[in-house]
Amino acid sequence: MGTFHQGKHELHGITVVVDTDGPEIWVGRCDDVDDDRVILHDADGHRGGDKEAWVERAAKFGVWAKHKRLVVPRARVTSVRRLGEVGLAER
Amino acid sequence: MPYSPLLVKPMREELTAAGVQELLSAEDVDRFMEEGREGTSLLVVNSVCGCAAGMARPGVRAALASGPRPDRTATVFAGQDLEATAAARGKFPDIPPSSPSMAYFKDGELVFFLPRHRIEGRSAEDVAAELTAAFREHSGVTA
Repeated sequence: MGTFHQGKHELHGITVVVDTDGPEIWVGRCDDVDDDRVILHDADGHRGGDKEAWVERAAKFGVWAKHKRLVVPRARVTSVRRLGEVGLAER
Repeated sequence: MPYSPLLVKPMREELTAAGVQELLSAEDVDRFMEEGREGTSLLVVNSVCGCAAGMARPGVRAALASGPRPDRTATVFAGQDLEATAAARGKFPDIPPSSPSMAYFKDGELVFFLPRHRIEGRSAEDVAAELTAAFREHSGVTA
Protein backbone atom coordinates (compact mmCIF):
# COMPACT_ATOMS: atom_id res chain seq x y z
CA MET A 1 0.00 0.00 0.00
CA GLY A 2 1.38 3.39 -0.86
CA THR A 3 0.51 6.91 -1.82
CA PHE A 4 0.03 8.23 -5.33
CA HIS A 5 1.19 11.37 -7.06
CA GLN A 6 -0.83 12.03 -10.18
CA GLY A 7 0.32 14.43 -12.85
CA LYS A 8 3.98 14.38 -11.93
CA HIS A 9 7.02 13.17 -13.86
CA GLU A 10 7.83 9.48 -13.57
CA LEU A 11 10.82 10.32 -11.39
CA HIS A 12 8.62 12.07 -8.83
CA GLY A 13 9.62 10.88 -5.36
CA ILE A 14 12.83 9.27 -6.56
CA THR A 15 16.24 10.42 -5.34
CA VAL A 16 18.15 11.59 -8.40
CA VAL A 17 21.50 12.98 -9.46
CA VAL A 18 21.16 16.09 -11.61
CA ASP A 19 24.34 16.96 -13.49
CA THR A 20 24.79 20.29 -15.21
CA ASP A 21 26.96 21.75 -17.93
CA GLY A 22 28.75 23.76 -15.25
CA PRO A 23 30.70 22.82 -12.12
CA GLU A 24 27.51 22.09 -10.11
CA ILE A 25 25.95 18.71 -9.52
CA TRP A 26 22.92 18.10 -7.34
CA VAL A 27 21.32 15.21 -5.47
CA GLY A 28 17.77 15.43 -4.20
CA ARG A 29 14.32 13.92 -4.24
CA CYS A 30 12.74 14.69 -7.58
CA ASP A 31 9.48 16.59 -7.39
CA ASP A 32 8.98 17.17 -11.08
CA VAL A 33 10.72 17.54 -14.42
CA ASP A 34 9.35 19.61 -17.27
CA ASP A 35 10.65 21.48 -20.32
CA ASP A 36 11.92 24.36 -18.24
CA ARG A 37 13.25 22.96 -14.99
CA VAL A 38 14.02 20.12 -12.66
CA ILE A 39 12.58 20.61 -9.19
CA LEU A 40 14.27 18.86 -6.28
CA HIS A 41 13.33 18.58 -2.62
CA ASP A 42 15.74 18.06 0.27
CA ALA A 43 18.73 18.54 -2.00
CA ASP A 44 22.43 18.98 -1.58
CA GLY A 45 24.99 19.98 -4.18
CA HIS A 46 28.63 19.97 -5.03
CA ARG A 47 30.58 22.54 -6.99
CA GLY A 48 33.87 21.93 -8.72
CA GLY A 49 36.32 19.12 -8.19
CA ASP A 50 35.51 15.51 -8.82
CA LYS A 51 31.77 15.27 -9.37
CA GLU A 52 31.71 11.49 -9.57
CA ALA A 53 33.61 11.02 -6.33
CA TRP A 54 31.05 13.21 -4.58
CA VAL A 55 28.17 11.28 -6.14
CA GLU A 56 29.70 7.96 -5.12
CA ARG A 57 29.89 9.16 -1.52
CA ALA A 58 26.28 10.34 -1.73
CA ALA A 59 25.25 6.94 -3.09
CA LYS A 60 26.36 5.18 0.09
CA PHE A 61 24.08 6.89 2.58
CA GLY A 62 22.36 9.81 0.85
CA VAL A 63 22.72 13.56 1.33
CA TRP A 64 21.82 16.08 3.98
CA ALA A 65 18.86 18.25 3.06
CA LYS A 66 20.54 21.62 2.65
CA HIS A 67 17.94 22.97 0.22
CA LYS A 68 14.29 22.28 1.02
CA ARG A 69 13.33 23.10 -2.59
CA LEU A 70 15.74 23.64 -5.45
CA VAL A 71 14.99 24.53 -9.06
CA VAL A 72 17.58 23.67 -11.69
CA PRO A 73 17.03 25.27 -15.12
CA ARG A 74 16.49 22.49 -17.64
CA ALA A 75 18.80 24.22 -20.15
CA ARG A 76 21.69 23.64 -17.76
CA VAL A 77 20.90 19.97 -17.10
CA THR A 78 22.99 17.39 -18.91
CA SER A 79 21.63 14.29 -17.17
CA VAL A 80 19.16 13.09 -14.57
CA ARG A 81 19.74 9.62 -13.12
CA ARG A 82 18.67 7.66 -10.10
CA LEU A 83 21.08 7.83 -7.15
CA GLY A 84 20.13 4.26 -6.27
CA GLU A 85 21.69 3.06 -9.51
CA VAL A 86 25.06 4.65 -8.83
CA GLY A 87 27.60 1.94 -8.07
CA LEU A 88 24.96 -0.77 -8.35
CA ALA A 89 27.35 -3.08 -10.20
CA GLU A 90 29.83 -3.03 -7.31
CA ARG A 91 27.25 -3.94 -4.66
CA MET B 1 1.35 17.71 8.85
CA PRO B 2 1.04 14.02 9.76
CA TYR B 3 -1.24 11.84 7.68
CA SER B 4 -4.49 10.54 9.11
CA PRO B 5 -3.97 7.72 11.62
CA LEU B 6 -6.54 5.75 9.65
CA LEU B 7 -4.38 5.93 6.51
CA VAL B 8 -1.25 5.00 8.40
CA LYS B 9 -2.72 2.15 10.46
CA PRO B 10 -2.41 -0.55 7.80
CA MET B 11 1.15 0.60 7.06
CA ARG B 12 2.02 0.14 10.72
CA GLU B 13 0.30 -3.22 10.83
CA GLU B 14 2.16 -4.47 7.79
CA LEU B 15 5.24 -4.60 10.01
CA THR B 16 3.77 -5.28 13.43
CA ALA B 17 1.90 -8.29 12.03
CA ALA B 18 5.33 -9.71 11.17
CA GLY B 19 6.43 -9.39 14.79
CA VAL B 20 8.18 -6.05 14.45
CA GLN B 21 7.90 -4.05 17.67
CA GLU B 22 6.54 -0.54 17.31
CA LEU B 23 8.51 2.16 19.15
CA LEU B 24 6.38 5.20 19.91
CA SER B 25 8.62 7.28 22.18
CA ALA B 26 12.26 8.15 22.71
CA GLU B 27 12.18 5.97 25.82
CA ASP B 28 11.01 3.03 23.71
CA VAL B 29 13.94 3.59 21.33
CA ASP B 30 16.47 3.88 24.14
CA ARG B 31 15.15 0.69 25.72
CA PHE B 32 15.31 -1.17 22.41
CA MET B 33 18.89 -0.07 21.83
CA GLU B 34 19.89 -0.93 25.38
CA GLU B 35 18.50 -4.43 24.95
CA GLY B 36 20.46 -4.63 21.71
CA ARG B 37 23.86 -4.20 23.31
CA GLU B 38 24.23 -7.92 22.69
CA GLY B 39 23.05 -9.68 19.57
CA THR B 40 21.52 -8.33 16.39
CA SER B 41 18.81 -5.68 16.00
CA LEU B 42 16.94 -4.35 13.00
CA LEU B 43 15.39 -0.90 13.23
CA VAL B 44 13.06 0.06 10.37
CA VAL B 45 12.16 3.70 9.73
CA ASN B 46 8.72 3.28 8.19
CA SER B 47 7.05 5.96 6.06
CA VAL B 48 3.95 6.70 4.05
CA CYS B 49 5.38 7.47 0.64
CA GLY B 50 4.64 4.73 -1.82
CA CYS B 51 7.65 5.54 -3.98
CA ALA B 52 9.78 3.42 -1.67
CA ALA B 53 7.86 2.36 1.40
CA GLY B 54 5.46 0.28 -0.66
CA MET B 55 8.37 -2.06 -1.40
CA ALA B 56 10.22 -1.59 1.89
CA ARG B 57 7.59 -3.14 4.13
CA PRO B 58 7.05 -6.33 2.11
CA GLY B 59 10.81 -6.53 1.71
CA VAL B 60 11.26 -6.51 5.48
CA ARG B 61 8.51 -9.10 5.91
CA ALA B 62 10.07 -11.39 3.34
CA ALA B 63 13.54 -11.06 4.84
CA LEU B 64 12.25 -11.84 8.32
CA ALA B 65 10.36 -14.84 7.01
CA SER B 66 13.32 -16.28 5.16
CA GLY B 67 15.84 -15.99 7.99
CA PRO B 68 18.20 -15.75 9.68
CA ARG B 69 16.11 -13.39 11.74
CA PRO B 70 17.65 -10.62 13.86
CA ASP B 71 17.38 -11.12 17.61
CA ARG B 72 15.24 -7.99 17.86
CA THR B 73 13.23 -6.03 15.32
CA ALA B 74 11.54 -2.68 15.78
CA THR B 75 10.11 0.21 13.81
CA VAL B 76 9.47 3.91 14.12
CA PHE B 77 7.15 5.81 11.80
CA ALA B 78 8.66 8.92 10.20
CA GLY B 79 6.31 11.88 9.99
CA GLN B 80 4.00 10.28 12.55
CA ASP B 81 5.91 9.38 15.69
CA LEU B 82 8.25 12.34 15.61
CA GLU B 83 9.95 11.89 18.97
CA ALA B 84 10.65 8.22 18.42
CA THR B 85 11.92 8.83 14.90
CA ALA B 86 14.28 11.58 16.06
CA ALA B 87 15.57 9.32 18.81
CA ALA B 88 16.09 6.48 16.34
CA ARG B 89 17.98 8.72 13.92
CA GLY B 90 20.08 9.85 16.84
CA LYS B 91 21.47 6.33 17.00
CA PHE B 92 23.12 6.85 13.59
CA PRO B 93 23.79 10.60 13.59
CA ASP B 94 26.34 10.59 10.79
CA ILE B 95 23.84 9.26 8.26
CA PRO B 96 21.48 11.72 6.55
CA PRO B 97 17.85 11.13 7.51
CA SER B 98 15.79 9.22 4.98
CA SER B 99 12.61 7.23 5.11
CA PRO B 100 11.95 4.48 4.61
CA SER B 101 15.30 3.19 5.71
CA MET B 102 16.69 0.31 7.72
CA ALA B 103 19.49 0.14 10.25
CA TYR B 104 21.00 -3.14 11.36
CA PHE B 105 23.05 -3.33 14.53
CA LYS B 106 25.29 -6.00 15.95
CA ASP B 107 26.14 -5.72 19.65
CA GLY B 108 24.90 -2.16 19.53
CA GLU B 109 27.10 -1.12 16.61
CA LEU B 110 25.64 -0.09 13.26
CA VAL B 111 26.89 -2.62 10.70
CA PHE B 112 24.50 -2.09 7.78
CA PHE B 113 22.25 0.70 6.57
CA LEU B 114 19.79 0.67 3.69
CA PRO B 115 18.80 4.25 2.81
CA ARG B 116 15.69 5.24 0.94
CA HIS B 117 17.41 5.78 -2.40
CA ARG B 118 18.53 2.16 -2.43
CA ILE B 119 14.92 1.03 -1.97
CA GLU B 120 13.26 3.31 -4.54
CA GLY B 121 12.36 1.56 -7.75
CA ARG B 122 13.38 -1.84 -6.48
CA SER B 123 11.17 -4.84 -5.85
CA ALA B 124 10.32 -6.24 -2.44
CA GLU B 125 12.40 -9.28 -3.42
CA ASP B 126 15.42 -7.06 -4.06
CA VAL B 127 15.02 -5.34 -0.71
CA ALA B 128 14.58 -8.68 1.03
CA ALA B 129 17.68 -10.09 -0.66
CA GLU B 130 19.79 -7.17 0.47
CA LEU B 131 18.53 -7.44 4.05
CA THR B 132 18.94 -11.20 4.13
CA ALA B 133 22.53 -10.89 2.93
CA ALA B 134 23.24 -8.45 5.77
CA PHE B 135 21.54 -10.70 8.32
CA ARG B 136 23.58 -13.66 7.14
CA GLU B 137 26.84 -11.76 7.07
CA HIS B 138 26.49 -10.59 10.63
CA SER B 139 24.85 -13.62 12.16
CA GLY B 140 27.61 -15.94 11.06
CA VAL B 141 25.21 -18.00 8.94
CA THR B 142 26.84 -18.83 5.62
CA ALA B 143 24.25 -21.04 3.89
